[in-house]
This record gives sequence, structure tokens and C-alpha cells, in this order.
Amino acid sequence: MAEEKFDALIVGAGPAGSTAAYLMAKAGLEVLLVERGPAPGSKNMFGGRMYGHALNRIIPGFWEEAPVERPVTRETITFLDGEKSVSLNCRDTAWGRPPYHSFTLLRAEFDAWLASRAEEEGAILATGIRVDEPLLRDGKVAGIAAGDDEILADVVVAADGVNSLLAQKAGLCTMFAPRQVGTGVKQVIALPPDVIDSRFQVDAGDGAVHMFVGDCTEGLPGGGFLYTNKNTVSLGVVVGVAALAQSELPMSRVLEGFKAGPHVAPLIEGGEVVEYSAHLVPEAGLGMLPRLFGDGMLVTGDAAGLVVNLGYVIRGMDFAIASGAAAAETVIAAKAAGDFSAQGLSGYEKSLQDGFVLRDLEAYRLAPRFMENERLYTTYPKLAAGLASKLFEVDGRPSVHLLSKVMGTLKDDHVSWWNLAMDGWKGGRHL
Amino acid sequence: MKELGIEQLLGLDKFEVDDGQAHIVLDKAVCASCGAKPCTWACPARLYVLKDGEISFDYAGCLECGTCRAVCPHGDRAVTWNHPRGGFGVLFRYG
Repeated sequence: MAEEKFDALIVGAGPAGSTAAYLMAKAGLEVLLVERGPAPGSKNMFGGRMYGHALNRIIPGFWEEAPVERPVTRETITFLDGEKSVSLNCRDTAWGRPPYHSFTLLRAEFDAWLASRAEEEGAILATGIRVDEPLLRDGKVAGIAAGDDEILADVVVAADGVNSLLAQKAGLCTMFAPRQVGTGVKQVIALPPDVIDSRFQVDAGDGAVHMFVGDCTEGLPGGGFLYTNKNTVSLGVVVGVAALAQSELPMSRVLEGFKAGPHVAPLIEGGEVVEYSAHLVPEAGLGMLPRLFGDGMLVTGDAAGLVVNLGYVIRGMDFAIASGAAAAETVIAAKAAGDFSAQGLSGYEKSLQDGFVLRDLEAYRLAPRFMENERLYTTYPKLAAGLASKLFEVDGRPSVHLLSKVMGTLKDDHVSWWNLAMDGWKGGRHL
Repeated sequence: MKELGIEQLLGLDKFEVDDGQAHIVLDKAVCASCGAKPCTWACPARLYVLKDGEISFDYAGCLECGTCRAVCPHGDRAVTWNHPRGGFGVLFRYG
């Protein structure tokens, strides 16, 4: 009896894997989508927001059926320093109309939906299966081994997330270094929908995203985040692992401290914590890009480190979805040509370049290095909050003009003009 | 809001604990020789606890993030890291 063999075997039913499965199945390929959780999404978490453009190209108007939470119409960045804070706040109500700009969402529900779309197109979903290693034949990836089972396929797509043991075991990527990843922890906090609307000053059902920089991470590189869902908010912090290693700060307590701070506590007052989760965030961009393809294998999404963090914009899901789509396009062409060698799959990288994924990673290639600058998390939030506080303060003492206030604060905070100018210049160019 | 300890936080989550197999295994000898032991604070679930000078680790409340593997100065020599077997481990209801 001839061995059963799939056209494509996709490991991980997250946004990259399910998008790849959806498009391949739609094109008539025999696809097996393998997920280690008992249901797609049960192992997945993120901060909270997906920019919609990538999925809208694949499933136009996806928001009509997808379990998204709120379209984001308000963006806020807050610099924190003890009792002081200063915020940049932007609202654009156009983002709250189709095609929308971005959505908050929760992964357990959303990822399950996307995987179900792949199933509807004919992909076979197998849950509760941990893939142990790639199956190598004649030096080529020919399938996977899971427990006692071996499953064959012409091509294996690694969509197994940031801790991609599969891509590592296939020799396409190496273990990341501490400075290339951040640890994110998050609490989902239940609040009534109307309280969320009024507290975050959005129209009913619209969403707000709030980023925090400064002492929310106790000065470590990273930041805090808050995303409003329908009847919960996702609140968390991300800290660079290299700095965390030196810090002796327990992550769970950093988040509790952030929650209790005077600028966050009122936002979540009366809420009830319903879940606690953690995840690694790939943060090195092109600096941690693996070999994206090999004989019989492609690497997508977080497994390939496809994330951009600019502080004010954090993108992962749109890259994951677009890389899944590029993988599908590549595999469909490889099947037509009957060539699943590295050569036959090399169109994947070109497809990522022609699309926005590698183009944007290239554009922001120096951002990860810039974001390691500790002044961004200590000196500058303190400077900004202090300056703003002085601006608004009236105390009966002799009046001081704006320029003198700025100069005085710079001097008091021991901020070097040279550093400020250089960091400003670099930030302007790299972010 | 009241401050929540790690037991309370993990108590909010749903786990399907695999009694038959630990997905993370430590080499106690390497851990004993480690000076810094960053796992004891970096692990978001605080599962690495120093007891009588020795690291004790309980995989049952693992959030499967991979921080321990990333932060460990001894890498794979100390931490043999894997995902839990299929169907087991943490089950996010929100994510």
C-alpha cells in the first residue's frame, strides 16, 4: 500500500498556519493543519491588536464574521514617572468605519475561527498533537514525527510560534539570544462594556489602545499596554529578556506594580481579573530572521521572528497572516512545478519581499538596536512628564518662560544635549 | 484593585496537567553551579523556587512562554525544554 502523503503539512493553527491552510485548501491542495492545543487558539496569546489590512486582502470584510472585539479609534502613549505622566492622545473616528484600521481581539476565540475557515475550505485540522521533529529523508524534510506516528508531506510549514522547535530541529534557525526577545505578561480584566466606552472615551463599541513607557517596567527596556476588548481589557507589560536577566525583578510583580500605579489604577478600577498569561515576543526583526525556506520546509510568522516593535506601533499578526499567504502562494506554485526543493520554494522569500513583510522589516532594521537604548525608558519619560508638569504648574513663585523651563528641566534631570539630539535624530530615522 | 499573588493569578487559569511527563527537565547539577539563577524571578509563573540552595521546579503551572529557556545562562545544558504533550498544559480561554 502506498503511504498516505499530504501536499502540505502545517504545524501550528495560529494566524500564519491557518491562513496558509485556508489558501492552500482553497486552491485544492490536500492540507493537514496540526495543532498541539486541544483547540486552535488555546495556546495562543498576544498583547491585543491586529492591524486589519492583511486579513482583509484574504477574507474581504472578515470583521462581519470574525470574532473581533473592538475597532480601535483612539491611540494613546503615556510617559510615566512616579506621580507624573504626560500623554499623546490621538483619535480618528474614520478608523471605526469599514475597512477599519485595526481591531482588538482575543486569541482563543479568533484563532479558532480562522482555523475553522481553513477547515471549511477542506483543510484537515488535527488537534492535541505535538509535533516532535521534522522527518528527514535524503536530507530533505519529508514530513513530521509526532509520538509514534510519522506523517508524510511534500512540504512542511513551520507556523509553530516564537519557540519554534521545528525550525530549529530542521536547522533553519538557531536558538535566539536573550536580547532578541521580550517576555510579555498579561492580565485580562473584566469590565462592563459601557464602563469601557465612557472610561476610554470612545463611541459605544469602539476601542482604545494605550501604550505606557517609563517606570511601568521599572526602567527596564519595554513598556506597558492596555487594549480594550468588548467586556474586558487586556493589560500587560513586556520587558526585554536580556535586561530582565540582570534585574532580579519578578515579572508577575512588575505587572502588579504597573496595575497599582496612579495612572493605571483608575482605568481598571472595579474590574475583575479573569486570566493571567505570558508569551515571548520576537523583537530583533531582521537580526533574528532564520533561513526562511529549505528543502521541503518554510518558516512563517513568529517562528520566523516576523514582528516589528516601534514602541508606538507593534505588529505581529499582520506579518503572520501575510507570511502564511506567501507560504501558500509558494507551495501552490511548487506543486504545479512538482519541485519542493529549496530551489522550488525560494519564491517564498521573493513573495515576502514583494509584499510588505520583508520590506517593512528592512525599513525598520535599525529599530531593534535603537529600542535597546535605556534612556528611552528612564531619562526621557522622566523628562517629558516633568516638563509637562512644570508647564501646567502655578505656584506664585516668579514666572518662568517656556524656554527657561525646558532648559531648567534638562539641567535638573542631567540630560545631555548631545544624547538628546542624537537619540532624537536616530529615533526619527529608525522608527 | 487588590494585589494578586502568583498563586491567585495561576488559580485563574485552566490547566490540563500531564501527570505522566514533565515537559521541562532541569539538570540539577548545572543549576547548582549557576550563580545568577535568573529563572527564579524571570519566570512569569514563578515556578523556579530556590529551596535550601537548590532549584525546585514545578511544571504544573507553566504558561509555556519559553522565558526560562531564553534567560538561562546555561541554555540547553541546564534546561531541556519542550512543549507539553498534545492536549496538555495551559488552556487559554481568552488569550
